[in-house]
Amino acid sequence: MLYREAGDFKTSYQDDSQTFPITFDRYRYYAVLAIAFGIIPFLINDYWASSILVPFLIYSIAAIGLNILTGYCGQVSLGTGGFMAVGAYACYKLMTAFPDVSIAIHVVLAGGITALVGMAFGLPSLRIKGFYLAVATLAAQFFLVWLFNKVSWFYNYSASGQITAPDRFVFGYQVTGAETTAVAKYMICLVFLTIAALIARNLTRGMLGRQWMAIRDMDIAAEIIGVNPLKAKLTAFGWSSFFIGIAGALFFAVYLGAVEVGEAFGIQKSFLVLFMIIIGGLGSIFGSFAGAAFMVLLPVVLKLVGVDLFGFPTDIVAHFQLVIVGGLIILFLVAEPHGLAQLWRVAKEKLRLWPFPY
Amino acid sequence: MKTTKLAALALAGALASGPALAELVIPDLSYRTGPYAAGGIPFSDGYQDYFTLLNERDGGIGGEPIRLIECETGYNTEKGVECYESTKGEGALVYQPLSTGITYQLIPKTEADGIPLHTMGYGRTSAANGAVFRNVFNYPANYWDGASVIVNYLLEENGGSLEGKSIALLYHNSAYGKEPIRTLEALSEMHGYDLSQLAVDHPGQEQKSQWLQIRRERPDYVIMWGWGVMNQVAVQEAANIGFPMENFIGNWWAGAEHDVTPAGAAADGYKSLNMNRINPDLPVFDDIREHVVDAGMAAGDGSNVGSVLYTRGMYAAMLAAEAIETAQEIHGVSEITPAMMRDGMEALEVTEETMEEWGAPGVGPAFEVTCADHGGSGMGIIQQWDADAGQFVALTDYIESDSSVIDPLVEEDSMAYAAENDVEPGCN
Repeated sequence: MLYREAGDFKTSYQDDSQTFPITFDRYRYYAVLAIAFGIIPFLINDYWASSILVPFLIYSIAAIGLNILTGYCGQVSLGTGGFMAVGAYACYKLMTAFPDVSIAIHVVLAGGITALVGMAFGLPSLRIKGFYLAVATLAAQFFLVWLFNKVSWFYNYSASGQITAPDRFVFGYQVTGAETTAVAKYMICLVFLTIAALIARNLTRGMLGRQWMAIRDMDIAAEIIGVNPLKAKLTAFGWSSFFIGIAGALFFAVYLGAVEVGEAFGIQKSFLVLFMIIIGGLGSIFGSFAGAAFMVLLPVVLKLVGVDLFGFPTDIVAHFQLVIVGGLIILFLVAEPHGLAQLWRVAKEKLRLWPFPY
Repeated sequence: MKTTKLAALALAGALASGPALAELVIPDLSYRTGPYAAGGIPFSDGYQDYFTLLNERDGGIGGEPIRLIECETGYNTEKGVECYESTKGEGALVYQPLSTGITYQLIPKTEADGIPLHTMGYGRTSAANGAVFRNVFNYPANYWDGASVIVNYLLEENGGSLEGKSIALLYHNSAYGKEPIRTLEALSEMHGYDLSQLAVDHPGQEQKSQWLQIRRERPDYVIMWGWGVMNQVAVQEAANIGFPMENFIGNWWAGAEHDVTPAGAAADGYKSLNMNRINPDLPVFDDIREHVVDAGMAAGDGSNVGSVLYTRGMYAAMLAAEAIETAQEIHGVSEITPAMMRDGMEALEVTEETMEEWGAPGVGPAFEVTCADHGGSGMGIIQQWDADAGQFVALTDYIESDSSVIDPLVEEDSMAYAAENDVEPGCN
């Protein structure tokens, strides 16, 4: 009823090829944007920003990045944590070396540096596939973490080996440092996420995205129809790492403010982002959001329900969280390999036909 | 099923109406899961049990009941931040995260929110300079004191000179483990020993290569800055390569029963620092057993009472309770705010008599906190593991640290922080 195509006529090619061709979908998208930009900033407080929304926005960027590589191009990567570390340390070095340049530019540059590093580590993907590539990216993960721990130039020779974000401002609003307001943190991440999602959505709809998907579906066939695997795979690594680098830079500068590489960007971060796209849905931008929301919200909700509502001991709840996340991953892999995004897609199909399914 | 749901709703209702009561809110950022839980559990048990004891025996502090909020961090900074943000609105008086990584996160946040942070023997060492770090306290001793105490102990053992000796530092490859390096380097120039550094990555189960290197280079002493599962592995590896245990010295986070018991008799003679004395016969333990454990209100199962880290968690709670009392006296109100708590911590004075009052005579050193010095006495003892008796035995009395080395380092590091963050150092 609400959700229908009947009567939604397209009169130009432009109309036909827009991102959200169904009117209802388009209005829903505008409504989400309006709420995110127009309403949430007036309601947000420290707790919502630091515990839920800012990590959700940042992990969404990282999940979009990994989804380009793994979901669209089919190259399994376990190096996400390491690439996020590259973004964070690049941002830190830029912030401290050029204090007068805007942090927004630094974050984008950090993404660019990560893209270069990601492409370098993507080179083996031309020769190796599947599990072997996963192991090669795992090596990148461990190498990068080791590098940032070992070479003290990266953390400006500080005694603790930690990097700490200095205070920086965008349009006069403080976005990094301890006195940053919840709104400023939220807004900068939201702006980056919106732009990242728009770019990613259009990349995957365009020629590049189709090349990636051709490589994913069958690389030999793709090569025969004229897709250059070198170009397709390296651009996938580059764009993927670009978004992951931005996520790492924001994770360090805006969200935590101080990080220690082994703890913040360890192997568990790589797995966390991988779980996000598996649960959310491989090869779907919406899936990246859904997965990030799921993995960020689950521990908070379990804690609220378990500890605050039922008064369970905190350790029991923490252990249950591991059990539940593990169980859900198995459940999704078995029951719905395409993740939450597929559930959403099925729901949409049903809604289109409702109330007259045939 | 229905009744449980109703009970839960009733409980939720009771919780929701809770904050109307006047009370002292103490958050406990604990970790009972993950590779560091072995240390986190007894510390948190001790911390909570002492406050429960005060509630049960004395009706709180100055007539105000204490409300504990436990939040599981898993020694993870992100979860630690979440815990901080979710509890600070409840009127939390003081945070003790028991994690150097979380401490680094919380230093700027607590500064902005005006809530004191007590990092007892961990965290950022230069926070001892209270003129720069107004809200952060790390009494009774810090890492650099610890490193210096170990070197002073070794000096004494070697007749006053470490010339030509070699010392290996085995450290957790994190902000925590890197803390003592600067001091040990400065002291190595002064005393002429040779320092080598061996990093162990989180979580610390993999140490074969480090111990192979120790076996090859045969340092005279190994100093360890470890925590969690890393300690147990290190002690076991030391036993495997036959490294003399009496030359293996851990810091105060690497000297609890659970660190040495897995290696059995082979761990006999292992030494470690401690900032408080271990005495399972303290009168306060009898009170805790009577009012808390036997009443079924213990945070854990009660089996940790009297252990090294339980005692230290309890000692942390004692210092916090004493600071609350001091704050109540200064401001003449029983319902104190975090800002008043800060004043109480800054005016804290611990004497032998106060410790007697706590029911824990001689548990720690006597010290005073001032604005210029948030670091306390800086003294530590050396204890040794007796595998047959199954307990740590104090080898020395409190040893002074070398303040001529540490004070300039604290000054330098805290001033660098002040310059980076535009803090105006001052005591007013």
